[in-house]
Amino acid sequence: MHGPDDPLLQVRDLRTWFLTDAGPVRAVDGVSFDLRRGETLGIVGESGSGKSVCAKSIMRLLEEPARIVGGSVTFRGRDLATLDEEAIREVRGRDIAMVFQDPMTSLNPVLRIARQLVEAMTAHGRFTAAAARARALALLGRMGVPAPARAVRSYPHQYSGGMRQRVMLAMGVSNEPALLIADEPTTALDVTIQAQILELLRGLNADLGTAVILISHDLGVIANLCSRVLVMYAGEVVEEGSPEALLGDPRHPYTWALLNAAPRLDAATEGRRLTTIEGQPPDPRAWPEGCRFRARCPFAVARCAEHPALLPVGPGRASRCWVTQGGGALLTPARPRPAAPPPPAEAEPLLVLSGVAKHFALPREGVFAPRRILRAVDGVDLVVRRGETVGLVGESGCGKSTLARLVTRLHEPTAGSIRFAGQDITHLPQAAIRPLRRRMQMIFQDPYGSLNPRMAVGEILAGPLLLHGIVADRAAAARRVAELLDIVNLPARAAARFPHEFSGGQRQRISIARALALQPDLVVADEPVSALDVNIQAQIINLMVELQDRFGLTYLFIAHDLAVMRHVCDRIVVLYLGKVMEVAPAEALFRAPLHPYTRTLIAAVPVPDPALERGRRSAPLPGEPPNPISPPQGCRFVTRCPLAQPICREVEPALRADGRGGAVACHLAEPAVAGAGPG
Amino acid sequence: MLRYVAARLLTAAFMVLLATLAVFLIANSVPGDPVLSQLGDLAASNPATVAEYRQKWGLDLPIWDRYWIFLRGLLQGDLGSSIVSRRPVLADIRDYAPATIELASVAFLLSLLVGLPLGILAAVRRDSWIDNLARLVSLVGVSAPTFWLAFIMLAVFYGWLDWAPGPGQLDPVSFPPDRVTGLLLVDSLLAGDWETFQDAAAHLVLPSIVLASATLGLITRTTRAAMLEALSQDYVRVARAKGLRRRAIVLGHAAPNAMLPVVTLGGLAYANLLSGAVLTETVFSWPGLGRYTYQSAVALDFPAIMGITMIVAVVFVAVNILVDLSYALLDPRVVKG
Repeated sequence: MHGPDDPLLQVRDLRTWFLTDAGPVRAVDGVSFDLRRGETLGIVGESGSGKSVCAKSIMRLLEEPARIVGGSVTFRGRDLATLDEEAIREVRGRDIAMVFQDPMTSLNPVLRIARQLVEAMTAHGRFTAAAARARALALLGRMGVPAPARAVRSYPHQYSGGMRQRVMLAMGVSNEPALLIADEPTTALDVTIQAQILELLRGLNADLGTAVILISHDLGVIANLCSRVLVMYAGEVVEEGSPEALLGDPRHPYTWALLNAAPRLDAATEGRRLTTIEGQPPDPRAWPEGCRFRARCPFAVARCAEHPALLPVGPGRASRCWVTQGGGALLTPARPRPAAPPPPAEAEPLLVLSGVAKHFALPREGVFAPRRILRAVDGVDLVVRRGETVGLVGESGCGKSTLARLVTRLHEPTAGSIRFAGQDITHLPQAAIRPLRRRMQMIFQDPYGSLNPRMAVGEILAGPLLLHGIVADRAAAARRVAELLDIVNLPARAAARFPHEFSGGQRQRISIARALALQPDLVVADEPVSALDVNIQAQIINLMVELQDRFGLTYLFIAHDLAVMRHVCDRIVVLYLGKVMEVAPAEALFRAPLHPYTRTLIAAVPVPDPALERGRRSAPLPGEPPNPISPPQGCRFVTRCPLAQPICREVEPALRADGRGGAVACHLAEPAVAGAGPG
Repeated sequence: MLRYVAARLLTAAFMVLLATLAVFLIANSVPGDPVLSQLGDLAASNPATVAEYRQKWGLDLPIWDRYWIFLRGLLQGDLGSSIVSRRPVLADIRDYAPATIELASVAFLLSLLVGLPLGILAAVRRDSWIDNLARLVSLVGVSAPTFWLAFIMLAVFYGWLDWAPGPGQLDPVSFPPDRVTGLLLVDSLLAGDWETFQDAAAHLVLPSIVLASATLGLITRTTRAAMLEALSQDYVRVARAKGLRRRAIVLGHAAPNAMLPVVTLGGLAYANLLSGAVLTETVFSWPGLGRYTYQSAVALDFPAIMGITMIVAVVFVAVNILVDLSYALLDPRVVKG
């Protein structure tokens, strides 16, 4: 029935709908693909494209009111879509395993890791409890979890996100499944940890022959791991092919848009405007007639009113597009070289930090134990000039967000001084800070949590105007609100609506409008685009850049996405364990990073270029940042530095000028070393 | 863990101390002069007698000295004497407490045994008939007034159907067993007196159902809500993806997490039951703390009221410690390291 050469998995015309009271939401609407044994298949698409629902449908992990309403999922000759509950339970975890996005919530907080690993193995009767326990230790070791014997006795909260994702992977492969589905497995992790997890996935695929379906919104991650890619849009596969073909020469306008909307880490400096497509994805309750991408497509022709089929457009690749099926080409937009940026060095400093530190006192571990100090920020010097964009990068816990809160004086520094527009604000009381707040505004990551759901957008925007007495009365406030909405490209009628009526990107526009309401000098943006899909992200970045030019704003920008940083920032500050490792003009930093930490950080970022990704198989930076409560002696990076010398363990390197407008804190970074680029 | 326990106990001791202070100060600020009421108008008109009396009872001492004497008395188990019964308050409480403990414990067990499974099943089979039943039980349990329920139960099951015995702990013709613990169920078993045990158990049925109803409603509702919350968590989806059976997912993964809020609520509810159910005990002529409280309050028996207040405070603090400790056992995140 099921021969050795048959595909491992055959999905045919899969339709998974959410049967809601307001009518069916056609989340997955006719998806077909094959997966061979040991193959690595990537599925990309923005949120709402149906990629996760598709993966959950394979394992029948759907929750109410989602239902598979049509199609088949043939796995080893059996249709999983029609199996009874007990039969599909036996498939789950034994033949097909799944790893989810958020390792922080995927493990049960009240059960020991051992129990959670062992039950995955004993549930299918393949292992006795004793054998499963021994195997759990071996698997954790294989996944690179230090001291497995101790780890199995621990509870999940004692481990970092990266370590928990390793545990999840151990759990996933514990029954040697033929297929592992990984749904955004690295999205919640730092780039360095992401590189480690991707390396691990690659190793599992190579050593155990486990087929992998990797779901991601990140083309770089897909290019790093997969041999074939599906692009999903509006519940359908719109393009299929090898990553080389697909990323080098996209044949569907949506793939084209995804590729061009994302800033590239490996690209030479590009124009400050990213290519974006208009509008939002269509409503899944009523997909448009004809091509579902037509309304947003810059290449649409008359025939697109007819729904195209997924047809071959070349060897091993297919596209759902009339234009490319007819042999048409999708022109790559020119990425214009920018006009030479004005030399920022001449502008006056707006913000000057010298030796700024923030230490948090933690509760004692014992009555007589010494008080522990978390040195979140530990002596940072920084100058931000008017009109400049300065970026803060580093792994989680390096002190980026704490620094942002110090600058806006949401925290009071433990040491050092902060001058804002010539005024010392280091220890100003809150009452004296408040009038300054209108000159420094923050934009936060979560466009859902940072807007009060009970207030109409108009009230949200008018609040600060009235509070600071910027406008005389409500009528003037309403006029200004309309103006602000226009500035962020939202219609004036948005003022009467509530935050939940807007999409993530639109909410972030509202956040920006709120920040601009007071005409600030400085805007501190803490991960403003990381919760957004790539096209929306590009729209927001374009907006922020445009507003900067228009209003002469100064940005302090925090993001973990280095490609975004390279695109947006004039200068970049690399933080590690609360200290500055390197600061340099963005262009120079990415072209020739001096500090080994900067280099490993850049090398860890996957680039949507399979040739480049396969070319550099350097081992990712090992380990995780040490505990900032007890940072290492000497250089803080010494425990993970590939170049560490004896001196690095003894003497902490000072930040010294590197002769190209930046500074670096490394004993070994000589101008000679500086010649070597990333990778 | 040891540190955590020590810290909890220390806090608890402090809470009890605060309670003593509160009780003492309230008693002191109550209008009415004990000298006057004890001596009577005639003797109180003689200043010498009053002064002698005040000195004899230490009422001339500064307030903090008197508080210290009160505390010392408490430490030796001296809660003063009841004005009504003329006996030490502690002896009174010792007589009345077992009936309440017995009733409260049976009611509490009843609400756990019914409420937990009902809440869990209701969450697992959401919107089914059992979910509707659970909602009805919580609604009726929480909203039906206790005294009304007590009268209805007595009228129907004792007066009309005659399925259950009437008020009181035992039939008038039964002899109470030798007092060992004061708990009739335990004492009758210890005495090997099966008939008395059955009689005591039968007498417990109606009052414990009445008393349990409110707690049962709360526990069912809380369990259901906590289970729904737990079942929607990522780790439950992971457990499904592992191929675990539904039973293992519900009982092994969701329930341990859902128990956290239930433990808090259960602890408070039990403490509440233990401090005496005035209405239920009155309707069922139950010789427990609730009735003692009622009698003391009506008679303005201040030493008794103070004693009961102290006992209630201690019960609440003790139950809270138990709740905190079981939290530490249930949730490893509570205790670090």
